[in-house]
Amino acid sequence: MDLLRFITAGSVDDGKSTLIGRLLYDSKNILVDQLEALEKQTRNKSDGSIDLALLTDGLRAEREQGITIDVAYRYFSTPKRKFIIADAPGHVQYTRNMITGASNTSLIIVLVDARQGVAEQTRRHSIIASLLKIPHVVVAINKMDLVNYSQDVFNNIVIDYAEVAKQLALKEVTYIPISALKGDNIVDRSGNMDWYEGRPLLEILEEVQIDNDINLADPRFQVQFVIRPQTDGLHDYRGYAGKVISGIYKKGDKVKILPADIETTIAKLETGGKEVDEVFAPQAAVLQLSNDIDISRGDSIVKTDNLPGSSNELEVLLCWMDDKPLQPGNRYYLQHNSRLVRAVVRDIEYKLDVNSLQRQPVEDTVKLNEVVKATIKTASPLVYDAYDKISLNGSAILIDETSNSTVAAVLLQ
Amino acid sequence: MSQYHLDYMEQLEAESIHIFREVAAQFEKPGLLFSGGKDSITLVHLAKKAFAPGKIPFPLVHIDTGHNFPEALEFRDSLVEKVNATLVVRKVEDTIRQRNLTEPKGKFASRNWLQTYTLLDTIEEFKFDACIGGARRDEEKARAKERIFSVRDEFGQWNPKLQRPELWNIYNGRIQKGENVRVFPISNWTELDIWNYIRKEKIDLPSIYFAHDREVIEHEGQLVAVSGFIRIDETDKVVTKKVRYRTVGDMTCTAAVESSAGTLDEVINEIISTRISERGETRIDDKVTEAAMEDRKKNGYF
Repeated sequence: MDLLRFITAGSVDDGKSTLIGRLLYDSKNILVDQLEALEKQTRNKSDGSIDLALLTDGLRAEREQGITIDVAYRYFSTPKRKFIIADAPGHVQYTRNMITGASNTSLIIVLVDARQGVAEQTRRHSIIASLLKIPHVVVAINKMDLVNYSQDVFNNIVIDYAEVAKQLALKEVTYIPISALKGDNIVDRSGNMDWYEGRPLLEILEEVQIDNDINLADPRFQVQFVIRPQTDGLHDYRGYAGKVISGIYKKGDKVKILPADIETTIAKLETGGKEVDEVFAPQAAVLQLSNDIDISRGDSIVKTDNLPGSSNELEVLLCWMDDKPLQPGNRYYLQHNSRLVRAVVRDIEYKLDVNSLQRQPVEDTVKLNEVVKATIKTASPLVYDAYDKISLNGSAILIDETSNSTVAAVLLQ
Repeated sequence: MSQYHLDYMEQLEAESIHIFREVAAQFEKPGLLFSGGKDSITLVHLAKKAFAPGKIPFPLVHIDTGHNFPEALEFRDSLVEKVNATLVVRKVEDTIRQRNLTEPKGKFASRNWLQTYTLLDTIEEFKFDACIGGARRDEEKARAKERIFSVRDEFGQWNPKLQRPELWNIYNGRIQKGENVRVFPISNWTELDIWNYIRKEKIDLPSIYFAHDREVIEHEGQLVAVSGFIRIDETDKVVTKKVRYRTVGDMTCTAAVESSAGTLDEVINEIISTRISERGETRIDDKVTEAAMEDRKKNGYF
């Protein structure tokens, strides 16, 4: 059984909460006491039906203060797959929420209201999906019950969205007509839309090919922690613990330590405390090297015949996530996986309008939810790949030195 | 399918190990909050794997309410010995005495709420800057929204409004003096994931997780073990039933379920067919208010 992490994009009005509730409910992942609590809350509804949207209802703090916490996680599973849903509110602070939620997902469900068609919001969500290179896009055209399950309505929306997908170079797009409220095409094929020949949503989620989403071609490894037991039996043991970001490492591989630029070979590989001949992404592993080299947290171990970039002048796309605006020239910490370096945001080239993808001049400061193209200078070189090539080695965050908040998502170019 | 493929359980394990190593590297003084329950036992197993062949580089910290199941305490001590870890125990009873706190009263007088005092004192005493806990997001809706690295202020309070965005696999553990971080490495595991992992990794559990005969009283549909920590009224009928525990907390606030499941496979089969959530079935304390967990977290609870 494998694991699919996906995000649902859409606002309350698009029926996002109802859709998530429906998926949990119809796949029998709602338990009796949760259902009882739900029934208690829906008691006042006139028609007596259960309000599935309440399953994703927020905290009391959110209701009382009218705020929305950026992302909640939901879990369900079927005999075929385990699913983790990143449930990000759609309209309030959408950019920050969506990027946070989408950063770990390999599929996005873009919800479109059948009555509205491709709206500004649909474009906006799709632009973020394309910025983050989410490999699989499912366009769920919802509320089909309100348009008489019309094939024409569906087809027209497909034509409109295909244009958006083309502009944004979205690769794998699947279209499906649904009614989250009525349960059409969620778990079973709907009897109301015989003209639809595709699979129901849950089947799409169960069967989408995700094996190829992990890059196994370019080996990247960053040291998180150095294991030195210094016990009698393991006096000289020195293991470099970290996550295989991408690719495969084998015993005997010729490797280079960056940014120090030292060559050596892999002497031993371990995962979960057991010695193995090879490790691969996304395993947690321990590498032992043939030579005694001074390596510390944040250093990269890569193969000599497949080198990443290394530079202290970085071209980036920044998504600003803090209430305090970005002041060009300010100093921050930049964290790239486990590597922490001081950084200065220098030139801000342009602002990206997330509704139109238009480049716009930046007037003065960069505010919450704005996406800009900028240059960052770091105190020591970063060993990285372009986000578009290896996303997990091409992403970073900026941290405010004084508040320690995470203030920006960084996509390295 | 390619040989370079991790199933969902291996992926969850890799993610948790990654988190453990981030904690060890980013903080000066972490501690692993150990309750004796299956989730914290799983945490210890993952921590061992994360730092093998070295020792777990932080102590296990037990905030002891004094209302434990004796089986859980015995198990704790043998586990600590087996993995060669350091154990810190701080007792709620001592906090009550030192701080002149009022013992809760009532039928199931639970010290669960008071644990927070002892925890905060312990954090202060050892200067812990990160406390690793076994909370899972599937447990409850406040937890569904909490970060893996959850920053707490000097009163241990969680502020849901001021959470840091948590992007990709990057964990920002930078804090001000006096603050600390609660870290939840198994955030993305569900109850069933834990059980399946325990089976796959052959992790030992305290005997009370399996069916055994026990004297219980039935209270509002829940079975509560007879012990010196709860008040038995004349109207209570003490009966001996075959039960097991689905979660292990205090004897005052953990209910047993009737069961004949004596092996892991049988337990897992029962859980798959049970249509009640873990907290709903076995936690007496969560029923008080709908937002009980949210309130406790804001006050410094795990």
